[in-house]
Amino acid sequence: MEKRATFSNLWLAAALIAPQMLLIFVFFYWPSGEALYWAVTLEPPFGGDNEWVGLLNFQTVFEDPKYWNSVRISITFAFFATALSLGVAAVLALFVDRRLPGHQIYKFTFFLPYALAAPAVGLAFRFIFSPDAGFVSAINRLYPDLWNPALDGYDAFALIVMAQAWTMVGYNFIFFLAALQSIPRTVNEASAIDGAGVLRRMWDIQLPLIAPTLFFLIVINITDSFVNSFGIVDITTAGGPARATDLMVYKIYVDGFQGKDYSLAAAQSIVLMVLIVVLTFIQFRYIERRVHYS
Amino acid sequence: MAEIALRGVRKSYGKTEVVHGVDLDIAAGELVVILGPSGCGKSTLLRMVAGLETITAGQISIGGVVVNRLEPRQRGCAMVFQNYALYPHMTVAENIGYSLKIAGLSRAERRERVGKVAASLGLTEFLERKPGQLSGGQRQRVAMGRAMIREPRVFLYDEPLSNLDARLRVAMRVEIRKLHQRLATTTLFVTHDQVEAMTLADRIVVMNKGVVEQVGTPQDVYNRPESTYVAGFIGAPGLNLLHGIADSDRGVVTLRDGQRLSYDRGRWPEVGHGPVIAGFRAEVVKLAPAGLAGRFDFAEELGAAQLIHATIAGETVVAHVSGATRLNGGEPVSFVVDPAEVQLFDASTGRRLAGENGSAVASAPGARAMVPA
Amino acid sequence: MIERTPILDFMTHVLLVVSFVALLMPMWIVFVAATHDFHTVNQVPMPLMPGSHLFENLAAAWERGNFGRVMVNSLTVALGVTGGKIVIAALSAFSIVYFRYRLRMLMFWLIFITLMLPLEVRIVPTYAVAADALRPFQGMLDFAGFSIDLPEWNLLNSYSGLILPLIATATGTFLYRQFFLTVPDELTEAAKMDGAGPVRFFLEVLMPLSKTNMAALATIMFVWSWNQYLWPLLVVTDHQNYATATMQLQKIVPGPLFGEPPVWNVAMAANLIVMFPPVLVTILLQRWFVRGLIQTDK
Repeated sequence: MEKRATFSNLWLAAALIAPQMLLIFVFFYWPSGEALYWAVTLEPPFGGDNEWVGLLNFQTVFEDPKYWNSVRISITFAFFATALSLGVAAVLALFVDRRLPGHQIYKFTFFLPYALAAPAVGLAFRFIFSPDAGFVSAINRLYPDLWNPALDGYDAFALIVMAQAWTMVGYNFIFFLAALQSIPRTVNEASAIDGAGVLRRMWDIQLPLIAPTLFFLIVINITDSFVNSFGIVDITTAGGPARATDLMVYKIYVDGFQGKDYSLAAAQSIVLMVLIVVLTFIQFRYIERRVHYS
Repeated sequence: MAEIALRGVRKSYGKTEVVHGVDLDIAAGELVVILGPSGCGKSTLLRMVAGLETITAGQISIGGVVVNRLEPRQRGCAMVFQNYALYPHMTVAENIGYSLKIAGLSRAERRERVGKVAASLGLTEFLERKPGQLSGGQRQRVAMGRAMIREPRVFLYDEPLSNLDARLRVAMRVEIRKLHQRLATTTLFVTHDQVEAMTLADRIVVMNKGVVEQVGTPQDVYNRPESTYVAGFIGAPGLNLLHGIADSDRGVVTLRDGQRLSYDRGRWPEVGHGPVIAGFRAEVVKLAPAGLAGRFDFAEELGAAQLIHATIAGETVVAHVSGATRLNGGEPVSFVVDPAEVQLFDASTGRRLAGENGSAVASAPGARAMVPA
Repeated sequence: MIERTPILDFMTHVLLVVSFVALLMPMWIVFVAATHDFHTVNQVPMPLMPGSHLFENLAAAWERGNFGRVMVNSLTVALGVTGGKIVIAALSAFSIVYFRYRLRMLMFWLIFITLMLPLEVRIVPTYAVAADALRPFQGMLDFAGFSIDLPEWNLLNSYSGLILPLIATATGTFLYRQFFLTVPDELTEAAKMDGAGPVRFFLEVLMPLSKTNMAALATIMFVWSWNQYLWPLLVVTDHQNYATATMQLQKIVPGPLFGEPPVWNVAMAANLIVMFPPVLVTILLQRWFVRGLIQTDK
């Protein structure tokens, strides 16, 4: 879309956009370029200029089983957290959209978890799911040692999946509800006259019509599970036990800032960046095109 | 007040030219209506005068000054937009007075002038309201007030009435005419509604596909259309047009089915033999025996009269007949046309044939009277 | 529409009420835990009704987390990011939408790409820049062969270090752009006819019209920047003076292998303190918050 009515003072136009360009240059483009530079160089142990090593850093990263472990965990995490929160949110939105008495209350409360900081969510879930105190510990009374995220990798993984899904349910709910409400009433009424019941309409009419939103949310959720999860992991499990929750962003943080290996961290950053860009690209390129109705 | 002159004005967007060289002179104090269907370039032309569009080629001058490179604010024009374009966050008073504020007038002076303009438009009690709280007609008035307060040299109206309902439209039309009589500001008014054009204009500019088809008084364009396009566009219904071969010896046009339509040889002395298009107003057709034979299609009821649609020689002819007629679809009808009322157009170019004798058409029923006020 | 589905309606209510409880349960548990004393909170099963120790727990958490100082820090950062974003994004969106210049589309894409990569995935290099914000310019000077030495501008342990990198993304710009595109052209033209230049139009027409969008952007940015965690963790080493509220949670949570039972009641009280401002903002301004959510990501 383009404006017909525009102004012609080009110096003004440049001045207006300058602050933003300056900021993204200094804090986005330059650092990203530098990451690339570091990823293909190594800092000599006794000082001096960085040494060109080509793809050596990437090779080191890719040959490290711990890295593949982290990739595998990140992807599994993204899958489960996304599926769980999208599924719950879609069902909730469909039923809230029936507008039975009281539905307004849900509209205003379901999104609250999204307003919470990831580490706050992490802390809350760590307490709630702690094996010897809190809410879930009661289960260990009945079945001793059934649940212990501090020792059991699967438990720890389930814990961060639940925490992440919980924060995103509200967000997804809002988008689903907005999408449902933008479906013309008449479409629903027409299918009611055609004889479709409530559940049938949800399945045949409403779900297909909110498919574009669904695909948009898939990408947002996956990206968020890579990014936002840092706070959750850092507070609840610190990557453990035994690297069972060692997500990619967390590993970059540990390698780069605790292990001080910038080159390795930079190479991992590049891989992650590429992954996210590809995801976004897929969304724009293919998914959006296939599920657009007009 | 200022005269406007357009010289060879053209407008292109990329490679498509939408205005193909317009020449036009508008006298100071004149109200000129640019009339044409949507997409004919009439709004573009107006916006070029306003300074909202650049001029691709040619020259526009206002009050003797070439304005091609001047910004809108330097041209002394005020404009009323089709959707009014009121500032939704400002009150009526602020909307009307905004240009004065920009010009740096004091608050007191602004209030006084806004008050005057508002009073003249009957807006005084709405001054503190926001546009969202006004009716369509009131918004329209605010838009006019915003234009008036600047005491501009030129008023520009871009289809200002098309968003109003029918009754309001008629009322606003009268007000615009009155306003013009009072202020006598040079005015350019763009519309696609020929009734609006006929009732408002000192002169009408009929445009089609980026070209000016005809410039003239409402009487002129109604009675002496320069082309079949104008003939069909002006009047409700437009001129009846029948293709045929002219026989200048006998003063007849032979239609496609062999029937003959007589024209006034004295009025069209230079017409030779050959294909022409004959035109006549629906109002001059009489339902009488021994005329052009055709087949009745249907009738449009106007109350005091009827529009009888019939097919003659494969073409549609409409007759404006007073009183009620009862005919069934497919029945034969006979239309009698006064030869003095027949006008002739070139069959290939659609232009009015040259060599017409002087005055003519004195007998045509007054154009203004035909248009419902 | 007349539709009688009593069973389904009942099931709907059950489903929604259960979800309501389940979704708000974690917050409730945090609250309840923050109201009990050390022993009660470590009981298994823990009580589900609030106790009477809320204020002493809050006081203890406040002290232990140095919240008197860090809340001010968090507020400064959140307001700084919000204000900066609102202004800078409005200016750049105005430039992109209302002017025609050759590099416009390039600018557009340069800004657009920043949407894709959140700060968290490029922390390592951004950290290096934060250690010297003039480093990019130094780099360019070096590359161009000049031997001018720019001074070092260290952003670590400073408010600008906490704020500026968070402003350097495009969310706000796109929200404004979407809105500007819906403003009718006639309004601009009317302003031009009234004699307004670009600056006047921006300040007196466009900005007042953008009020609701600004409110939406402000709520979302406030919550987002308040909740930042990883970045403050990196740029702040002087915890006494520059730590933010979310960072304090890391200190309050006890190490996983400690022998003694953790002080959950105080930890949850601290959590309440950290959660409070964004929750308050979203509840009070939830209309804007929801609107902001939907608009910033489209």
